[in-house]
Amino acid sequence: MAGPVLEMRSIVKTFPGVKALSDVNLTVRQGEVHAICGENGAGKSTLMKVLSGVHPHGTYEGEILFDSEVCRFKDIRASEHHGIVIIHQELALVPFLSIAENIFLGNEHATRGFINWNDTLKHATELLRRVGLDEHPETRVADIGVGKQQLVEIAKALSKSVRLLILDEPTAALNDEDSGKLLDLILELKNQGITSIIISHKLNEIRKVADSVTILRDGRTIETLDVKAPETTEERIIAGMVGRDLDHRFPERTPHKPEEGAAPALEIRNWTVFHPIDQQRKVVDDVSIQVRRGEIVGIAGLMGAGRTELAMNLFGRTYGRYAQGTVLKDGKEIRTRTVAEAVGHGIAYVTEDRKHYGLNLIDTINRNISLTALKKVSRRGVVDEHEERQVAEGYRTSMNIKAPTVFEPVGKLSGGNQQKVVLSKWIFAGPEVLILDEPTRGIDVGAKYEIYTVIDRLAAQGKAVVFISSELPELLGMCDRIYTMAAGRLTGEVPRAEATQEVLMRHMTKDKEVTR
Amino acid sequence: MSTDVTARTPAPAPPGKSGSATGGSLLQLMLNGLRRNMRQYGMLIALGLIVVLFEIWTGGDLLLPRNVSNLVLQNSYILILAIGMMLVIIAGHIDLSVGSLTAFVGAFAAVLTVQHGMAWPLALVLCLLVGAVAGSVQGFLIAYLGIPSFIVTLAGMLLFRGLTEILLKGQTLGPFPNGLQKIGNGFLPEAGPNTNYHNLTLLLGLVLIAAVVWQETQDRRRQREFALDVPPAKLFVLKLVALVAAILVLTLLLASYKGAPIVLIILGVLVVGYGYVMRNAVFGRHIYAIGGNLPAAKLSGVKDKRVTFQVFLNMGVLAALAGLVVAARLNAASPKAGVNFELEAIASSFIGGASMSGGVGTVLGAIIGGLVLGVLNNGMNLLSVGTDWQQVIKGLALLVAVGFDVWNKRKSGS
Repeated sequence: MAGPVLEMRSIVKTFPGVKALSDVNLTVRQGEVHAICGENGAGKSTLMKVLSGVHPHGTYEGEILFDSEVCRFKDIRASEHHGIVIIHQELALVPFLSIAENIFLGNEHATRGFINWNDTLKHATELLRRVGLDEHPETRVADIGVGKQQLVEIAKALSKSVRLLILDEPTAALNDEDSGKLLDLILELKNQGITSIIISHKLNEIRKVADSVTILRDGRTIETLDVKAPETTEERIIAGMVGRDLDHRFPERTPHKPEEGAAPALEIRNWTVFHPIDQQRKVVDDVSIQVRRGEIVGIAGLMGAGRTELAMNLFGRTYGRYAQGTVLKDGKEIRTRTVAEAVGHGIAYVTEDRKHYGLNLIDTINRNISLTALKKVSRRGVVDEHEERQVAEGYRTSMNIKAPTVFEPVGKLSGGNQQKVVLSKWIFAGPEVLILDEPTRGIDVGAKYEIYTVIDRLAAQGKAVVFISSELPELLGMCDRIYTMAAGRLTGEVPRAEATQEVLMRHMTKDKEVTR
Repeated sequence: MSTDVTARTPAPAPPGKSGSATGGSLLQLMLNGLRRNMRQYGMLIALGLIVVLFEIWTGGDLLLPRNVSNLVLQNSYILILAIGMMLVIIAGHIDLSVGSLTAFVGAFAAVLTVQHGMAWPLALVLCLLVGAVAGSVQGFLIAYLGIPSFIVTLAGMLLFRGLTEILLKGQTLGPFPNGLQKIGNGFLPEAGPNTNYHNLTLLLGLVLIAAVVWQETQDRRRQREFALDVPPAKLFVLKLVALVAAILVLTLLLASYKGAPIVLIILGVLVVGYGYVMRNAVFGRHIYAIGGNLPAAKLSGVKDKRVTFQVFLNMGVLAALAGLVVAARLNAASPKAGVNFELEAIASSFIGGASMSGGVGTVLGAIIGGLVLGVLNNGMNLLSVGTDWQQVIKGLALLVAVGFDVWNKRKSGS
């Protein structure tokens, strides 16, 4: 076996209030394909950002050795200079430039500032042949599919004489055929001597291309396994990904006993949604779920499973293109084609991305809380500021929002307190069904517990709660029943008594078959 | 990020009491308030400084009753436009067409009253309607068809300018009937005994003072009713005194000349009305919401398209009103009227604290911004500074105002 080309030793990376990586070690051998897997938030992407200089030297602890040489990258250019190239999940291509222009962007074949087109096109054609992309280099990137764009990214990496290629969930946005081609290309590049790191949570992919796999969990390296060894089964990898000690604390909760006969508070039948741009791709495929009053129902799934897409399309068609499906509230069919309609039927959707979709960061706490239900604090179109302030003060106390006054801009609050403001906002709207999308993402342990308590209280008040989360322990700790989704499909429904992390993870990594 | 983190519980924040008359000297309280509203007060202080400077440089001419009256008349139409523009900018848009639209409405008024001899009140209503139609067409294209506001109103700017020239056949048209002229340069009528002051203006000032005091005390009472902390009594009294003094000074200044200009009264109603709408009406809140974070506003059930449409409809009506005022003041409709008005209105809004990315700004800010430009204009005229240098200085004023704001924000790290 060849020696190590890359060693990352005792990497520690802290963000304000959150330790993203604590003591990560990674060794990648020359010429191998090395997979990194772990749950969402385990630290995979952060680790790669440290490696590629997105988080420059000095903002983390530990050392990086590339070719046995200590590296202190101050930016991406420095790491690229060493031949380390990262391809992010969201592609970094300029849609209205040609393939050739994109390949050499920032790295143009030029003499005295003027681009040498013949040279550019010749090299681009060679690179496209290497990645097996049969397109003219002058085609606009916007005119080719996502799969081909991914290949352009790789061609771009090759143009920088790449030695270590990092791919962050490269197949997340691709269909099966394109995924297959991409994986073949990675193997082909391996034969040409290029080492790759591939971040993925699709176990079948890892088995197909990887030589070894390093498992991260909660910002730590758990283990590195030899994929080709017979004892490395999918179950073995799953056990590594989830096998954490359950030191989380959750509020004591008496499991919900469904009332006989009563119709579910919310029932979704055969919901199907297409991707907003890629008209062929189903992001939600024939999903049916239901939730009763007083019940907390989880939806588990990995990134790209279609959970958020389902919730947002249901909630006023705010994502994707609706294809089919019906929604029933208390047994009666309702329409939720606009946000106003959905809110009118007592549905609330608390977004996973509070900064972009949840809050007006430049506005104050009180005005954010009142926005969805301004009618409640106004008469004839005029807001009663004092009543509004009183409402906001109420939530500041009951939700324990840490801010000097309710006139503080929410942009200045910590993540946990922002999340409490978003929750307050939707609780104030007075919903009967709450869809909570990753309600504890990016907040610290103390604030998480407070959020769990609030969710528990809501269920106890008879609200129906749909709890979308990527963190299995919190689903296991909070939910009465858990649905699992993968690649847009419902892959399982597990009652509280039978749910374990292993069972859920097996359903979540199921790629094709549907079990109902 | 996932867990396994040493739990970091933020230190308990100081209890939220701005209130109960104890603790902190009056000066301390005032300074705190100032720091919290740097944006608001910063420009007000700047305006005060500019006034004082020009008062000194012009040897006291700036604040002569005649000149104050003039200042109001000269800037009224820009201020009217600035109010509407502020709403547009808060919503995250821009309107370049208002200068041309004011000219067009002025021309339309002239055609109706001068050429066809229509009664002026009817013409006035028709003109405002024309503004509403123009605004709603542009609003429809922007809100419902999704054409960028910059493009739609740039087209509007060219279009209305052209239509104005077509309507006037390149000529200047006037004079207007008496009633219409009054909107631009009329004053409150004389009444009562000779007191060396303008009686109705004095009366109006007193009524205003009574209204302000009543409103503020009511507000304080309601605040108590909701069991909220109220600012300390000392600060409350100080605020009242300052407000009353400001109104009194302006009243006396105006009353010792010809009285309150009619357009000032229109403007006053607009400022109070729009200020109230932006602060307290659901409509106003929705404008801030779509400008501050459009996706979040949509997900909160705000009807963003309708709000955008209404903002432009409103801008059209205000542009029409400004057009009438300009035409009335010049007593003629000219194809060259209203040139660069849109830029002055936009500059006023940004000087007054609006943000390019939307979601921020107040009606009062737009007025303060407009007055900064107006006082600069007027003061430099008094000092016989040429229009060449006036432009240079106004440009610098805009840069300094916005630059200060950017610097101040970066410093406070938000």
